[in-house]
Amino acid sequence: MHPTVVMSNHVHVYVSQAHKGELVMGAGVDSYNGYGQRGSFHLIERQMAAALELFPVFARAHVLRTWGGIVDVTPDASPIIGPTPVGNLFLNCGWGTGGFKATPASGWVYAHAIATGEPHPLAEAFTLERFTTGALIDEHGAAAVAH
Amino acid sequence: MSDPFRLPHRPARRLPAGGRVDRSAPLRFTYDGTRYTGLRGDTLASALLANGVAGASPSLYRGRPRGIATAGVEEPNALVQVAGPGSEPMLLATTLELYEGLTATGLSGRGRLDPGPDPAVYDKMHLHTEVLVVGAGPAGLAAALAAGRSGARVVLVDDQPEPGGSLLAGHEEIDGVPALDWVAAVREELAARPGVRILTRSTATGYYDHNYLLVAEHRTDHLGPHPVPGVSRQRLWHIRARRVVLATGSHERPMVFAGNDLPGVMSAAAVRAYVNRYAVLPGHRAVVLTTNDHAYATALDLVAAGAEVSALVDTRPEPPAGLVDAARRAGIEVVTGSCVVGAYGDAAVAAVRTAALDADDAVTGPVRDLACDLLAVSGGWSPAVQLWSQAQGTTRYDEDLAAFVPARAAQHVDIVGAARGVLDLAGCLDGGFAAGAEAARSAGFPAAVPATPANSGDTRPSRPRPVWLVPGEDGDPSTWHDHFVDLQRDATVADVHRAVRAGMRSVEHIKRYTTIGTAHDQGKASAVSATGVIARLLGARTPGDVGTTTYRGPYVPVPFALLAGRERGPLFDPVRTTAIHPWHTAHGAVFENVGQWQRPRYFPLAGEDMDAAVLRECRAARAGVAVMDATTLGKIDVIGPDAGAFLNRVYTNAFARLAVNSARYGMMCRADGMVFDDGVTLRLAEDHYLMTTTTGNAAGVLDWLEEWLQTEWPELRVRLTSVTEQWATVAVVGPRSREVLGALVPDLDVSNDAFPFMTARETRLANGVEARICRISFSGELAFEINVASWYGLAVWESVIEAGRPLGITPYGTETMHVLRAEKGYPIVGQDTDGTVTPWTWAWSGSSPGRRTSSENARSDGATPAAATAGNSSACCRSTRPCCCRRARSWSPTPKRPCPSGRWDMSPPATAAPPSAAPSPWR
Amino acid sequence: MLLIACPWCGEREELEFHYGGQAHVAHPAEPEGLSDSQWGEYLFVRDNPKGPFAERWSHSAGCRRWFNVVRHTVTHEILAVYPAGQPKPVILP
Repeated sequence: MHPTVVMSNHVHVYVSQAHKGELVMGAGVDSYNGYGQRGSFHLIERQMAAALELFPVFARAHVLRTWGGIVDVTPDASPIIGPTPVGNLFLNCGWGTGGFKATPASGWVYAHAIATGEPHPLAEAFTLERFTTGALIDEHGAAAVAH
Repeated sequence: MSDPFRLPHRPARRLPAGGRVDRSAPLRFTYDGTRYTGLRGDTLASALLANGVAGASPSLYRGRPRGIATAGVEEPNALVQVAGPGSEPMLLATTLELYEGLTATGLSGRGRLDPGPDPAVYDKMHLHTEVLVVGAGPAGLAAALAAGRSGARVVLVDDQPEPGGSLLAGHEEIDGVPALDWVAAVREELAARPGVRILTRSTATGYYDHNYLLVAEHRTDHLGPHPVPGVSRQRLWHIRARRVVLATGSHERPMVFAGNDLPGVMSAAAVRAYVNRYAVLPGHRAVVLTTNDHAYATALDLVAAGAEVSALVDTRPEPPAGLVDAARRAGIEVVTGSCVVGAYGDAAVAAVRTAALDADDAVTGPVRDLACDLLAVSGGWSPAVQLWSQAQGTTRYDEDLAAFVPARAAQHVDIVGAARGVLDLAGCLDGGFAAGAEAARSAGFPAAVPATPANSGDTRPSRPRPVWLVPGEDGDPSTWHDHFVDLQRDATVADVHRAVRAGMRSVEHIKRYTTIGTAHDQGKASAVSATGVIARLLGARTPGDVGTTTYRGPYVPVPFALLAGRERGPLFDPVRTTAIHPWHTAHGAVFENVGQWQRPRYFPLAGEDMDAAVLRECRAARAGVAVMDATTLGKIDVIGPDAGAFLNRVYTNAFARLAVNSARYGMMCRADGMVFDDGVTLRLAEDHYLMTTTTGNAAGVLDWLEEWLQTEWPELRVRLTSVTEQWATVAVVGPRSREVLGALVPDLDVSNDAFPFMTARETRLANGVEARICRISFSGELAFEINVASWYGLAVWESVIEAGRPLGITPYGTETMHVLRAEKGYPIVGQDTDGTVTPWTWAWSGSSPGRRTSSENARSDGATPAAATAGNSSACCRSTRPCCCRRARSWSPTPKRPCPSGRWDMSPPATAAPPSAAPSPWR
Repeated sequence: MLLIACPWCGEREELEFHYGGQAHVAHPAEPEGLSDSQWGEYLFVRDNPKGPFAERWSHSAGCRRWFNVVRHTVTHEILAVYPAGQPKPVILP
């Protein structure tokens, strides 16, 4: 069993091993808007090629199944967390493919926003406002893969 | 492990005649360390069965004995690892063609990846066709024939070594001849048509948008484990089809009863295939259990092959009289309205217990024991709708067929034969001919529907009686731990019951909770059986009320290496090299990748580490003369009467009034005001500018320019052309660069007055090459860039080295370039900026030394510092003309996150030494 | 992999194209007159319908021409292809 998630920005792939022994891998996002929830094959091909650059030993491992979902991406590839101009409507979205990993922290600051009506100090820069102030964040690099 | 030299005594199971095996071609093979012999035409599974071997390893989680259960891709048990160069795990004995010397080991659901290199080659082909037919059974062959006769391009793919599909396992007749003779004739006719391509050993694994299908072809696997020179091992076909006809057949479902996982419990259709196609008797004393008509043929074929069939147990109280009579005439006891309620045995099935069922599937009456070594089970037929569903087609539950059948197509696709629930031969042929002709017609090729030839064999079946959950003899579903729903996951009725009791109602949730359908077989045969169990436990009327899970590609597992194809190693991310690259390589450059370009990072001399080399290179540039290959900067020709106006709009500063043969630094912003790119643009003529971009962003800038030119300012008469690769650029840098240049350009006055900073000159080099010389600098030193057609890049570089040798000219790479520019505070877009830097924040930051204007900032020339600012005002122009960065209004004059000022050390390097007059060692 | 009919080159694989997002978002005539929120609206706020969507594509690895496409965002069916600058065709749902 491989003990940890391996992620490469350079070749653009991540891989972890499930308890059953299977590898779980992720990669790119379609360039266009879509609700199809199915992966594009050329992205999967590229992902496999990237995986083999990292781990040539995977050559004769087999792809069992593939799936895709809807990726919510913001203009600066960073999440939106906090209150909105609509009363009692709070946002925690735009995580792209990175949301799972950030769940504990995002839940913490989100709860703060809901409880107080104010963004948590850690999440102040992540409010919806930045799209009218221009104080963009740009986490294209920080989000590791898939943006 | 058995003694490899002594075959264990087993009863003969290979039939003396018949089948698609070649008795003149015995093949030796090894399984789990024991040697056996099979025949050409066998799969590993049929060869093992012929040798009396159960053919599967114990189950992964419970260690229960397992055996070969099917004869195809739906196999849940018979997983093997094949030895050889590039040993491959998780292959199916049921689809692995036997070859001489095959060595395989059974796997309990998990294999080992070979740490050695995979010697095989994998490739891809792209194909466009009018009609693609998937499956070469009777329906697919009929479709391909009808479409092929129209003259349309037709591709027919099938996963078997030869066409025929279900006909390979039976003895039907078509057109008065054995069905396989008809198949051969059809194949011959198709092969003779130039527009038709037949791909055997090829599985359609994926069906994506716009009729885009992926077909995995096994090209050499049947020949052995060694690579065949000049032939790829496997090939992935990317096929784009106007129309698709799916003739993917169906999978026979297992039934869920106690002990249903024992070796010897096998799909009835698989039993028939082993008897008829492979001439193997999987058992000598069989019980057949069925919910439908099809298993009657299995029972009769078993008897004809010499096996005893103790009983044929039919769940239906009143099966068709004709079938029952035929079975009884063959000496088979037919037990109706009954079911096998348990299979028993230690290492394999030794007996089954049968009982009558009432209308609610409850056991009524006494339970009876029947000895047997084979239980052939037909739980019904599930159309193979995987590809159909991948293509977003919908399915519906058909109560008459007790199956999920295709409903509404989502693409230009038709589905025929057993894949749409048509189980009789005549119906398959009718549907195939009609669909093939229609597919050709709708692709623009007039086609007639061929008349269906007379045929015999499979007749229209009568209504099945599915029994989704066979009750145990005692206990309740929570205790039915030997009623297997998914063999590979060792998931049982008790597991499903626990999920339901936990409150799960959605089949998707139960699938995730129990892992049913997620193993290697992806539930091809068992998924609908599992749905049936869930329906029973939820109290739903039919599986249709529960629904299916989502089918996802690939239809069969495919190796990573096949998907990667040739995109491996150097071809994964091809590097670009300049015309001068051979010199760099020959002179020991250490390279780094910038964008896709390979650029020299530094040129170490013997014994030097990077720091030492960079220090030496910097010293040469600051105090003597140095040379860098600057070819990789992006270059875009901007040509047309409105070129100047266009540049005014895309840059934050003005270019329209730039003098011909002059250069100017420009900064480009995205519409949101963030810095996007920068570079020097040269005006070559009234209507011709040459823009340079950062190395990594050249394609992005061209896209950006085209976008604004075409979509916002189509009135501008401007054309853009990438000329990055047409020009080689040699930067000669340092206080003594003028001397080197002077020696190279006999016709040009290179004095400061005649050739000022930020200007360009066209001339002819001493070696006769036409060149454009620009006096620009990214080092802060006096510097000239010599631009020549790429063809001459290497020769010109060598002539510069030659001319500079007396002055100690020193080649340098990107590392020194960074030191030189950083010492002068020249930023690099994309390295010193990200998508949050506006010209304002940049100007406020320490990376813009002394808050000078960016034009001065980014490219000054130590020789004439005053010249740098000529013609420029500020980073953000205050014009009100339309522009993409809305430069007059930046977001906010106060940067949100100011960079720490004074980041760059502006002092000259402390180690700077006097210039060395020693001749350069560089050749 | 979508199959996109470039108006100049015919049907080509999606890989040859560059996506340009929602079509018919005109650059404001008087940017200086806009408030920051209006400007932000222009820059960042886009439609994201589940259904037909007019969007821009560029045949970047081919003729490099930009054009418009109406595509269904669930089925990916391409309902119309038309040159940049032309009005969005009426697509019946």
